[in-house]
Parts: sequence; structure tokens; C-alpha cells
Amino acid sequence: MSSGISGNRGETAPIAGGATVAARRYWWQSPIARRRASYGYLTILPWIIGFLAFTAYPIFASLYYSFTEFPILKGPSWAGLQNYERMFFQDDLFWHSLRVTAVYSLVAVPSGVIVGYLVALILNQKVAGLSVWRTMYFMPSIVPAVASAFLWSWIFNSEFGLVNGFLMNFGLRGPKWFFSEEWVLPAFMIMHLWGAGGGLVLYLAALQGVPTTLYEAAKVDGANVWHRLVHVTLPMTSPVILFTFLTGIIGSFQIFTAGYIVTGGGPRNASLFYVLYLFRTGWNYFQMGYAAALAWVLLIIMLALTLLTLYASRRLVYYEFSEEGK
Amino acid sequence: MGSATATSTAATQTARARLARIMWPRVVARGILYLVLITGAAIFMFPLFWLVATSLKPERDVFLFPPNLIPTKFEWVNYPEALAQFPFLRSFLNTMIIVIGVEIGRLLSCSLAAYGFARLRFPFRDQLFIVVLCTMMLPYQVTLLPQYLVFRDFGWLDTFLPLTVPSFFATNAFFIFMLRQFFRTIPTEYDDAAEIDGCSPLGIYWHIILPMSLPALGAVAIFTFMGEWNDYFAPLIYLNTPENHTLAIALNSWQQAHHSNPTNRPRPYSQIMAVATLITLVPVIVFFLAQRYFIQGVVITGVKG
Repeated sequence: MSSGISGNRGETAPIAGGATVAARRYWWQSPIARRRASYGYLTILPWIIGFLAFTAYPIFASLYYSFTEFPILKGPSWAGLQNYERMFFQDDLFWHSLRVTAVYSLVAVPSGVIVGYLVALILNQKVAGLSVWRTMYFMPSIVPAVASAFLWSWIFNSEFGLVNGFLMNFGLRGPKWFFSEEWVLPAFMIMHLWGAGGGLVLYLAALQGVPTTLYEAAKVDGANVWHRLVHVTLPMTSPVILFTFLTGIIGSFQIFTAGYIVTGGGPRNASLFYVLYLFRTGWNYFQMGYAAALAWVLLIIMLALTLLTLYASRRLVYYEFSEEGK
Repeated sequence: MGSATATSTAATQTARARLARIMWPRVVARGILYLVLITGAAIFMFPLFWLVATSLKPERDVFLFPPNLIPTKFEWVNYPEALAQFPFLRSFLNTMIIVIGVEIGRLLSCSLAAYGFARLRFPFRDQLFIVVLCTMMLPYQVTLLPQYLVFRDFGWLDTFLPLTVPSFFATNAFFIFMLRQFFRTIPTEYDDAAEIDGCSPLGIYWHIILPMSLPALGAVAIFTFMGEWNDYFAPLIYLNTPENHTLAIALNSWQQAHHSNPTNRPRPYSQIMAVATLITLVPVIVFFLAQRYFIQGVVITGVKG
């Protein structure tokens, strides 16, 4: 999947390791190549062990657990499709948490990408003191999730908080934010937007990588600022936008810390994010089988979202096939 | 704009007037640009300012409404008072043990695997690398549950082992990918020369590839630091006793602990913000010290990748 984003360069780059053609035909006949191959396996040995122990085994184990009833102290017992039946047909909280997470992700991530990209566009206009601006916009994204959770629950405090204090200057009574079923998700989205500068560095690098000759050519053809943005800048930086969008969606579907600390899923489950529900199932109710099923559905959703995004973006994303810049 | 006026003084009067006419819209546009930039920066920085400001407020200031921006009195004593109750040193050491463990494990194992994938030829190399790429997409939660059960059977719960040991086995596919991309930009002539001089592939890895990849390794180190410092989910699941808590979990449980203390007074907001400020300060300092690596790393992963 990632190779879809990144594979193009790999195909055009020369294969490392020296005499490619000779080695490809007879690599096993040359003792040097044979020795090198054994070294090759040696270098990836830790990864192989780690992959088998910490990825391959757990994936299949959790698939198996998802078909079992598994109270943590008793061990698994086969239950067939029971967990999935419960999830899809009986468990309102599953659908609810999925909806909450989807609404949050589909608003927060695109708007975060847009804000970050707009700031990058402005900073790319040869402004004075670029690194100072960049640092100021970027800094919120390195604030630890715990600190930002406490900070924002204080900022959105309905009685003494900054936001409602500000709104009062205009004679407005602010909502209860994290304690209101309607406003809890918008509050989390604003919190997410605060970290929108995280993608800034990436966008800036991409913008600076757009060859100036393209802009000059566009100018000669009579393109104004808007045309240059739509027909040169956006297409040339589209792979990076896709990258941040995808990683953003994947990350936001797994949002946990903020929800766990600030609201614990409340009020009345209005901010029960998917992973929060998974955590509750596994580590508060100790229903490991059901938690495993939830995790597997999350995996399928991630996969579907990734493929969907890549498919939808096929016509929108422009990949440059070139060797320059290595 | 300074340079524009400087050049125009050298020009004739008419040229200056013409220049001014052309420059005028540009000046306005620039002005708007900077206005937007300043407003935006103020909005982004304000919560951080608020964090620090609240941490320095006397208690009666905290509950002023509407709130005052600058504390009426700078209550520096909030910090020692918070630290007297919050187990900062212990949870800081716990966090650092995990961070350092993961750093060592990840830098060694991921770079070694990346070297193999980038430089050595062996059957099924490319197929295996595709497997690496596929694991990048896996949500952590899918593997978490069985991992948790295995570590429980090992008797590793409530130790740092589940948080550090996996990193010695190149479990982070993203960094393997990133390092491999970087290693491939190093000319193979170096390897050939070293091989002729009798250097083994492992020697090439250690004496040539690693020293030439310090920027990429620095980026991995910083991302790892930020990630482990912020991590909440895994420590929450694996570390139970307060003695083992990392800073992130310790702050949350400390804030909740007032329910069990005899006076049952909530922690003052100023003290919570003081601890939050300290927790934030460390990554900010690291960021400033290593900004170059950080930005380079972001660029390697996103643009070159």
C-alpha cells in the first residue's frame, strides 16, 4: 500500500550492490555473492524474529481470539461468529463509536491538512524570518498529548475557561464544550487543528521543491496567481498532501489519549472513540475475544480507507518520474 | 521592501514614481500576508502562553472570570509546590529508561535491517521488503492484545520489558523504510572500496554506512524520542503500580488522586499546568537542539519517500 505512494522512485533507482546483471544470473555460483546473501539474512534476522513474534503471530492469534469468548482469566473458548454477530446486529455502542470516530476524522483531518497547507503557502512567499514563523506554527504539534489534553480541558472549561471568557466579551454564553453532547466533538476537532502545523514542514519542503521553471512557463502562458496554484503548485505537491492525509486518517482513527483523559468517552458516550471503546472492552470489561474482534474490524476499516483514498486520488495525484534530487 | 526603496533612491525621479506605482499593490499584498501570518501565529501560540501563564497564577487568579491574561502576581512557588507532591523525578527516570532502551534497540535493529534491504543481495529480499511495507499500515491495536497476553505469560507485566524489548527486533517498519531510502542515496563505490580492503558487509555497515547516515539516524532518534515521550496507550496497559508510571500516566493519575486523599481537594489547576509545562518543556528543548535533524527527517520520510 505504501509502495503506492513511494514505489515509483524505487523502480527507477539503480539496484544497489554492484554488478547487477552478473549477480542476477549466477548469484549462487559466486562464493562472494553467497557469503553476501548469508550476511543479508543475518542483517534482517532481528526483523524476521520480531516480525514473527510481534506481528505475524499476534495478528493470527487475535484473528483466532475474535472467534472466541475469552474472559481474560479463563482463556479462550470457541464461539464461532458470536462476537461479530453481537457487533454488527446487537451492539449499538460499536456503531456509535464508529460514527463518532468517522465524524471526528473526516472533519478534523481534511481541515487540518487545509490549514497546514495554507500556512505553508503563505510561508513559501519569501517571508522574512521563515524559521521563526515555522517554529511558531510547528510547536503545538510537539506538545505531548497528555499536556495538551489538560491544557485544552482547561481552555474549554465552561465556567472559568479562556474560550467562554472570550465569548463573554461579545455577550455570548459559551457552550459547555467537553461536557456537552453537541460540542464535545467540535472541541476535539479544534484541539486537533491546533496541531495542524505538524504537516507544515513537509508541505514547505514540497513547495520549495517545485521547479521555478514551471511557474515561469505558466506566467509566459498568461496564468495568474490562482491558475498557478491550481495547475502547478497543487499537482506538484499532491503526493505530499495525499501522504499527510492518509497518515492523518490512520492516526485519527486511532485517537485515544485525548479522549481517555479529557472526557473518558462522555458525556453519555458522545466522544466514545473507537479505540477508547476497544480499550474499555479489553481492559475494563476483560472481554478479550470481543476486543480482538473490534481490533480486526479496525484493521479492515484502515485497509479499506487506505485503498479507497489511493483509488480516489489516482486521478488527483501527480507523480513525477525523475532521477533528479536522488 | 527595504531593498526596493534602496534601489529606487539610485534611480531617477520618474523611474522612482513608476516603480512606486508598480510596487504599491505588492506592498499592500505583503502587508495583508504578514497580518494573516501574525494573527495565525498568535492563535497557535496562545494556548502555550496560556499553559505557562496558568501555571504561574495564584489560586484566586485561576478562577477569575473572565480570565486575566497576565497573572496578577507571578507565583513561581507553584512549581516547587507541585513537584513536592508530583513524583516527577521517579516518573522522569522511568520515562527515560524506556526512551533510552527503545532508542538503542531501534537504532541498531532498524538500521541493520535497512542496510540488508538496501545493500545486500539475497533471495526473496524484495518480497520480504514488501512485507515490511505492509506492516507499516497495521494498527497497533490488532497486535496489542495477543502481545499483552504473551507478555503476561512471560511475567513481564508491570515491567519496562514489554515497552522496550520489541524495539530490539526492528518492529518499526516505518524507520526501516526511511533508513533504507537514505542508505540508497550513499554511493555504492564506498562499499566496493571497503570490500576490496577486506571489510565484511557488517564492517561496511558499521564503518561506512552508519557514520555517513548520521542525519537520518538523528531523525530516527528524535522521532523515537517524541513518540516514546508522548506514548500513553502502551504504558497505560503495561505499567500498573505508580512506582513504574511514566510522566504521561503519572500526571493523569496524580490529577485524579485527590479523590483518595483525606482533604479531598482537587489539585489546583495552576499546579497541574505547572507539571504539564515541565512535561512539554523537554520535547520543546529537544526540538530546538535538534531542529535540523527533525526537519531533515520529516523531509526524508515525506518527500523523498
